[in-house]
Amino acid sequence: MTQLSVKDLAIGYDRHVLTDGISFQIESGDYVCMIGENGTGKSTLMKTLLGLQPALKGNIEWGEGVTPQTIGYLPQQTEVQKDFPATVFEIVLSGCQNRLKHRFFYSKADKATASDQIERLEITDLTQKCYRELSGGQQQRVLLARALCASKKMIFLDEPVTGLDPGAVDQMYSIINKLNHDGMTIMMISHDVDISVQYASHILNLGSNVQFKDIKSYKSNQNTESGGTR
Amino acid sequence: MINELMMYFEMPFVRFALIVGVLISLCSSLLGVILVLKRFSFIGDGLSHVAFGAMAVAAVFNLVSDMIVVLPVTLITAVLLLRTGKNTKIKGDAAIAMLSVGALAFGYLLMNLFSTSANVSGDVCSSLFGSTLILTLTPVKVWLCVILSIVVMGCFILLYNKIFAVTFDESFAQAVGTKVDFYNLMIAVLIAIIIVLAMNLVGSLLISALIIFPALSAMRIFKSFQGVIIGSAVFSVICAVLGMVTSILFGTPVGSTIVAVDFAGFLIFAFIGFVKAG
Repeated sequence: MTQLSVKDLAIGYDRHVLTDGISFQIESGDYVCMIGENGTGKSTLMKTLLGLQPALKGNIEWGEGVTPQTIGYLPQQTEVQKDFPATVFEIVLSGCQNRLKHRFFYSKADKATASDQIERLEITDLTQKCYRELSGGQQQRVLLARALCASKKMIFLDEPVTGLDPGAVDQMYSIINKLNHDGMTIMMISHDVDISVQYASHILNLGSNVQFKDIKSYKSNQNTESGGTR
Repeated sequence: MINELMMYFEMPFVRFALIVGVLISLCSSLLGVILVLKRFSFIGDGLSHVAFGAMAVAAVFNLVSDMIVVLPVTLITAVLLLRTGKNTKIKGDAAIAMLSVGALAFGYLLMNLFSTSANVSGDVCSSLFGSTLILTLTPVKVWLCVILSIVVMGCFILLYNKIFAVTFDESFAQAVGTKVDFYNLMIAVLIAIIIVLAMNLVGSLLISALIIFPALSAMRIFKSFQGVIIGSAVFSVICAVLGMVTSILFGTPVGSTIVAVDFAGFLIFAFIGFVKAG
């Protein structure tokens, strides 16, 4: 079932176009890796899809009960967060903010959801720890747990492993892979093409020539290309 | 000394001063945590100088209640400043610095040129450092202060979860549909209200201290957001009461005494935090 369908989208700031002619479809359960040079607008595309900034041109259609508000988003870490005094539980619970609607305070169900996601990412022992005292890998898992509170169907990850040590990187990829096996649709920005090819079901390559391919045709395309240059 | 203190507490203007002091220190400490975490500490400083400029204008026109001018001017400036923080030609910190000194100079100029009072430097000094202002509060001002403080605290408690979400991560909050712009606007409005209120207590030069010290002190020790908020509020109220009592007993200027107590408190908290971490 199609969850997201994008047609001839152009992204950028003000009138400055970063990339245009972006078209692709994401089905339920897909694992999409977004790759491309710096400055092609990978983060910008993600923000445009989420409605954080306007699209310059084109169409974005959501399906199957998915809306930008029900996507779990893992943005890049900001300066503010690095020394923020808050416990892991407080941060994960804030992932439930889209359920508050006209309530002021979180319900027991919201708190239970937060605890469940904390357990799912195996950070239960950190629940009452202070966020700023955690390692980079632990912080990313906390933010991922928060994203999971906001969404049951689809998560957007903006370079989830940047700045992590190798052990934490492997752990993060295996967690994301497990989520995908549990039925979560994943869209991830990545710098590491090898890893992307290893886990993803589809590759979205931004640049002057935007490509969206499933993993088999991407691999065979790469092989013929490298074969041809030899 | 206790007897002397009891005698002072019998006087209505001392009681007014204590009520207003506790309320203002409470409100400023709550919002202070948000400002410090959002890297907006300087906004308090800039706004207070703008408020001083507005007060000078009100004094020139001999308005009965300067609040009519000061509150709206400060409100508008707060909204504009938080807007410009995002994407304008003049960057946020430079804009604040410019407004801050501009308003200060303009205010002093006006007071000098048009003042009707015989003691210009006394007037300026008391509005900058709040030396005796707090002991001259009228019941109307006290009520206004009580009502506005309740509004500020009510907003803060009811919207606590949203405020936390917006402070910790604007992008995420906006992505899941929280109206980030609205909450930023609300924070700006609340800050402006607090600054105008706090001018009565410590004067416009020292307001930043009420906003920053409690938040920074609480952050030395507490590890949860809730802990920091509550710690900051308690810290601020205790320091304000201690400062006011000291100034009443020893005849020191109210504003600077409170700030001195705040600073001492910060040193103690920083030391405790250091020992705990070490």
